[in-house]
Amino acid sequence: MVKERAIPAPLVNPETEAFWAAAKDGKFLIKRCTACGKAHWYPRGVCPHCFSEKTEWVPASGRGTIYSVSVMKRAPEVYAVAYVTLEEGPTMMTNIVECDFDKVAIGDKVVVTWRPTKDDGPPYPQFKPA
Amino acid sequence: MSIKGTAYIAGAYEHPTRLAKDKSVAQLHAESAVGALADAGLTKDDVDGYFCAGDAPGLGPLAMADYMNLKLRHLDSTDVGGCSYISHVAHAAEAIATGKCKVALITLAGRPRSEGHSGATPRVRGADAPDTQWEFPTGIATVNAYAMCAARHMYEFGTTSEQLAWVKVAASHHAQHNPHAMLRDVVTVQQVVESPLIATPLHRMDCCVVSDGGGALVVVAPEIARSLKRPLVKVIGAGESMKGQMGGAVDLTYSAAVRSGPAAFAEAGVKPTDIKYASIYDSFTITVVMQIEDLGFCAKGQGGRFVADGNLISGVGKLPFNTDGGGLCNNHPANRGGITKVIEAVRQLRGEAHPAVQVKNCDIALAHGTGGLLGSRHGAATLIMERE
Repeated sequence: MVKERAIPAPLVNPETEAFWAAAKDGKFLIKRCTACGKAHWYPRGVCPHCFSEKTEWVPASGRGTIYSVSVMKRAPEVYAVAYVTLEEGPTMMTNIVECDFDKVAIGDKVVVTWRPTKDDGPPYPQFKPA
Repeated sequence: MSIKGTAYIAGAYEHPTRLAKDKSVAQLHAESAVGALADAGLTKDDVDGYFCAGDAPGLGPLAMADYMNLKLRHLDSTDVGGCSYISHVAHAAEAIATGKCKVALITLAGRPRSEGHSGATPRVRGADAPDTQWEFPTGIATVNAYAMCAARHMYEFGTTSEQLAWVKVAASHHAQHNPHAMLRDVVTVQQVVESPLIATPLHRMDCCVVSDGGGALVVVAPEIARSLKRPLVKVIGAGESMKGQMGGAVDLTYSAAVRSGPAAFAEAGVKPTDIKYASIYDSFTITVVMQIEDLGFCAKGQGGRFVADGNLISGVGKLPFNTDGGGLCNNHPANRGGITKVIEAVRQLRGEAHPAVQVKNCDIALAHGTGGLLGSRHGAATLIMERE
């Protein structure tokens, strides 16, 4: 097992606390707009597509596909940043973990996995090969 | 209403330092201002408009304007990252056109080299920014954000590391003639692709330098420009825009230059083929390839092929670029390369570039920049200038 980078705690605010509370139970939520029906990322109280204030938290499958990925070599612990396109549509910035850093590639299928964060912060969603 | 012909760049100065351990950031701003005003043949007391961005210490423009003891009618601290200063020229032209000022001073300075900042280190870009809680924990830095653009460009269009390397090779050919450049050795494609990987697929030589330094510009009303002894460099068009993640509809294949570029060309009434010299922000080699496509110098996806085989080298290729050596070899003060892009374009239009890289009959030039992270959210600014 490679040593993983310590993850900074996300700075939770009132708009997003439901996400991080669900994260503690291992539940991955995204926001969907009840006015236009579209999901978005990152989660907002105001829909970035139609500007409705009627957005709601919905469970997501946690499955997706790598849209782009870069392996950071110049770091104490090598890590991969990526954009993952979720089954529900939106693409999110995240990390790919538990993978072969020499082989991880665009188009790979991945699934969410949670990692603890520093200072007793909430778990953070990363992705591993499906 | 257009800014075409409403303002001239009368003064341009690039601070010669690349390592300023013995100076403060405010001092570098002020020294750059001294240089640009001297270049224009104006004095501090002529300045009635001041522009700066987030590299200026203190609250907006207030601390630096007070340090320099300016008496102002107009202030603007628009900050869209490294391309801010290209926007500032356009904003200065707008202010001059509407009578808000006549002599606008723009400054940039910073000492990231002395302070040990690197584009490989994640940093918080506003703890309260709505994206920070989602993205900062990933370890997103500067280099890996741009690297994700490069990875996607390679996947979609077949762009290769060797093609990206040609951008650096061209910059190094120019930098050999610049005595102030940090990196003056001419490099080969092989050397670039064999340099260490920093964030895949970008190598060390795909990345710009980290340097201390600064720069300043003086933008003036037409009647003032004509009273001075300097060659006339007229602002004829500008455009600005930004692009983010579009609510999750992320598309890393293009930049906001697709909007700022056409706006600038339309205002100037010129086409990409009219541009004799282009300053293109080169934070990384991929930045140049994407911007060249988005500005219309070649078709989308063809940027890798376009830059190959020396096409960006002055006297060799079709699009001479960054003849000072650019951010890749010369200078990237404050980790913000916008002002040096305008400065070298002004040198070219005046005929004051190094003779080895001076473009013949350089009558129309473009400066374009990206600010923030091409891989997450970024600003774009395009400026077109003409020698009168």
